[in-house]
Amino acid sequence: MAQDGFLKVSRRGVLAGGVASAAASRASIAFAQENSGASAVEATVPLKFTVNGEDRQLDLDTRTTLLDALREHLQLTGTKKGCDHGQCGACTVIVNGERINSCLSLAVQHEGDEVTTIEGLGSADRLHPMQAAFVKHDGYQCGYCTPGQICSAVAVLDEIRKGIPSHVTEDLDGAMQPSNVEMRERMSGNICRCGAYSNIAEAMAEVAGA
Amino acid sequence: MEFNAPATENLFDRAKLVGKSTPRIDGPLKVSGAAPYAAERHDVVAGQAYGWIVGAAIAKGRIRSMELGDARRAPGVVAIVAATEHEPVGTSPYNHAPLFGGRDIAHYHQAIAVVVAETFEQARAAASLIRTQYDAADGVHDLARVKSAAKIGTGFSGESMKDTLGDFDGAFGGAAVKIDATYTTPDEAHAMMEPFATIAAWEGDKLTVWTSNQMINWGKRALASILGIEADNVRVDSPYVGGGFGGKLFIRADAVMAALGAKAAKRPVKIAMQRPLMFNNSTHRPATIQRVRLGAGSDGRITAIAHECWSANITGEDGEHGTLQTPKLYTGANRLTASYVSQIDLPEGNAMRAPGEAPGHMALEVAMDELAEQAGIDPVELRILNDAHGVVPGDPETKISDRHLARCLKEGAERFGWSERKAQPGQARNGRWLTGMGVAAGYRAGPTAKSAARVSLSADGKLKVETDMTDIGTGSYTIIAQTAAETMGLPLDSVTVELGDSNFPVSSGSGGQWGAASSTAGVYAACVNLRRMIGEKLGFDGDAADFQGGLATLDGQGWQITEAGALSADGEMTYGDFKSDYDVGTYAAHFAEVRVDAFTGEVHITRMLAVCDAGRILNPLSARSQVIGGMVMAAGATLMEDLHVDKRFGFFANHDLAGYEVPVHADIPHQECIFLDTLDPIVSPMKAKGVGELGICGPNAAVANAVYNATGVRVREYPITVDKYLDRLPALA
Ligand code: FES
Ligand code: FES
Repeated sequence: MAQDGFLKVSRRGVLAGGVASAAASRASIAFAQENSGASAVEATVPLKFTVNGEDRQLDLDTRTTLLDALREHLQLTGTKKGCDHGQCGACTVIVNGERINSCLSLAVQHEGDEVTTIEGLGSADRLHPMQAAFVKHDGYQCGYCTPGQICSAVAVLDEIRKGIPSHVTEDLDGAMQPSNVEMRERMSGNICRCGAYSNIAEAMAEVAGA
Repeated sequence: MEFNAPATENLFDRAKLVGKSTPRIDGPLKVSGAAPYAAERHDVVAGQAYGWIVGAAIAKGRIRSMELGDARRAPGVVAIVAATEHEPVGTSPYNHAPLFGGRDIAHYHQAIAVVVAETFEQARAAASLIRTQYDAADGVHDLARVKSAAKIGTGFSGESMKDTLGDFDGAFGGAAVKIDATYTTPDEAHAMMEPFATIAAWEGDKLTVWTSNQMINWGKRALASILGIEADNVRVDSPYVGGGFGGKLFIRADAVMAALGAKAAKRPVKIAMQRPLMFNNSTHRPATIQRVRLGAGSDGRITAIAHECWSANITGEDGEHGTLQTPKLYTGANRLTASYVSQIDLPEGNAMRAPGEAPGHMALEVAMDELAEQAGIDPVELRILNDAHGVVPGDPETKISDRHLARCLKEGAERFGWSERKAQPGQARNGRWLTGMGVAAGYRAGPTAKSAARVSLSADGKLKVETDMTDIGTGSYTIIAQTAAETMGLPLDSVTVELGDSNFPVSSGSGGQWGAASSTAGVYAACVNLRRMIGEKLGFDGDAADFQGGLATLDGQGWQITEAGALSADGEMTYGDFKSDYDVGTYAAHFAEVRVDAFTGEVHITRMLAVCDAGRILNPLSARSQVIGGMVMAAGATLMEDLHVDKRFGFFANHDLAGYEVPVHADIPHQECIFLDTLDPIVSPMKAKGVGELGICGPNAAVANAVYNATGVRVREYPITVDKYLDRLPALA
């Protein structure tokens, strides 16, 4: 019975390592022997990537998500964990210019990637225009969804600028407009249980108009 | 300081900061990701291990066995605390369901173990190796089935939840116009965005929890009684709370299991409860069945009003009292309100934003819409016609403190363009859209609770406020800074506010929309004491002097307050008996416009307006956010939110954020919120009442009424989802 359990763990580790090695071809997979007195084997993988313009290097359990790499290993806790299942958007970060739910990808898939988190957009005394607009329009209450909303909002305006269509885009040929409906559609992966949506739309409209 | 007579003119009537829209002082920290929430406090204690809670897989019964060996030997595991090896923890007056321990299972996903490991991934993986065998017992999980066994509930102060006045049956029997309708509301989840999270650390027999909690002092005492330790040995710290809505009023399993895990592991333990465990492990708003009977003359004047509500809870006590607003809102000489509670085998029901009143409005305010239609009277008019004056309709001994509901309705109707509404439902068609408008009144009590604070002035004129008050998104940091700056005559930016630490003076905490009114009054009391202290030091009467621009002036003389040197004062606001002569309420008129796709039945809310009467609004910017946030949650309650009970196995089946749907950006249009410039002299010296729950009392019914106005289909079984009315939509023609 105990054996079965351990086999499961190690097989999972190896599988995750296998996936990771495809993503991180230069990474050599290290197997660390746990000193738990049993024959368990867990894989850690070195990862090099850029976070907010800084080169970072980590040695990670292959099961570690990008979100946990940021929050637990780099202690960049601005990125939030609301669900860990891709259902809330609190963990939104910008990777190579596109927003993703960082809880839905393993850190080791991000070898060489450029990650921008809320801390990379601006700081409390040097706010990014979107951060400043959220303060001005009170685009939050508890603040827990807020970093994800802001990362999404910045990326959404960029998507619209680049002419990437959405489900509600009416005219696929003309220049795309950051209309209220367009922004709301694109922001709908970011839940705000405090219900700051109306204010967030106003903050985004202000930045889009600027 | 005791507030023992109605407030007269005071410094807040000439305020420069209080009452002015002020961006949150904690805003820059929140938008830059620098505000530290519970699970993020890497800095507070070294060597944090990770905990993962295992939940029970049955709704009721007993654990036969737990195989823990595999998990114990799994990589990185430091300790496991399991129900089969642990005495049940104690209880607290705040919790209905057991939080941990022993083999007995009272509800699905009750915590049965915590696995502590070096890393999050290791804790999670090891937890999956625990094999638990159960002896499941039969339970009843269906409100409709336990309804007949219900008994009369008790209210928050132990009062009976059944009240009668006059002769309801006689008056209803003889009424010219009658409504008798039954509405159901489902179980709902708080679904706050920050999960329950705690870092727990022991130092000898002293326990510190960095957690996410609305009521610090309740939490401190509850944790002590649950763990069987002295309250003096518990410190609770919760400076940022990522949403609560009532779900974080009480200590939950994250704090208990982190404390037990840390004891066993002999090192600090951090737990953020995994989202799929939250819905069944913690509390929810219980489902209701509500019957409303309204009888009126042909002129629309209500003569008979009855509202009965049935709900259930795991203990058979503490129901969802949907009747709470009914004695307050409308006149009518013959009345019956009753809220009944039964026992049910589901997770613990407990307070969620406007407990009782939020679902109560979903019945009463729709019944009013039905009555308006029957009587052929405009729904706004009907409400104004039956508005209460002077005394509480259901309790004529009690005076109304300050009420402007009719003004809310009139100004709202004007602003919303209510005159455009078609009285006949299902008549307004714009291409593929059926459009409609709805209105509802809102009532939510405006309570206060005693609240203390400490204010410290430094020699350089900086003021620090400390209180165990919490900011759960409500804007406490800012209104407290405004109040302190105003009272001490200092600029806002020389005030810093520290909250949420049980080492600070005990505040009202955040709940029941009492926090804003109570905590600012407590800060005012502390500042009054500091003013006196400064006066004593410098030789003037601190009560009589005027404090402005860092200067105290009296009778043509002036003193720099910094000349008094560094000083610190505690103060507490308490409330005298005179308040019990009054009902202090907050009032609103809520309007909604919807369009319904004539083909698919899909509902879009196109406009929402709230006109609120809640006394002085301390910070209109953040108060507006509270109201619109309530309106969003209300829209969710009407159109989508629904914990689906698996009635065979006794649990909420949709226990994550994909299954439990809440409104998203696309669902919510631009929202408007207007505050009447009223003052309530009965509530506190601030003359200010809370609004955080007023916003969820009424918009739910306004949306439901708008859907009816658009479609002509009345759905009385919430949420109003397309499966319940698609086949009854007007013909497409
Ligand atoms: S935490 Fe990633 S989507 Fe919720
Ligand atoms: S601000 Fe609280 S969830 Fe969005």
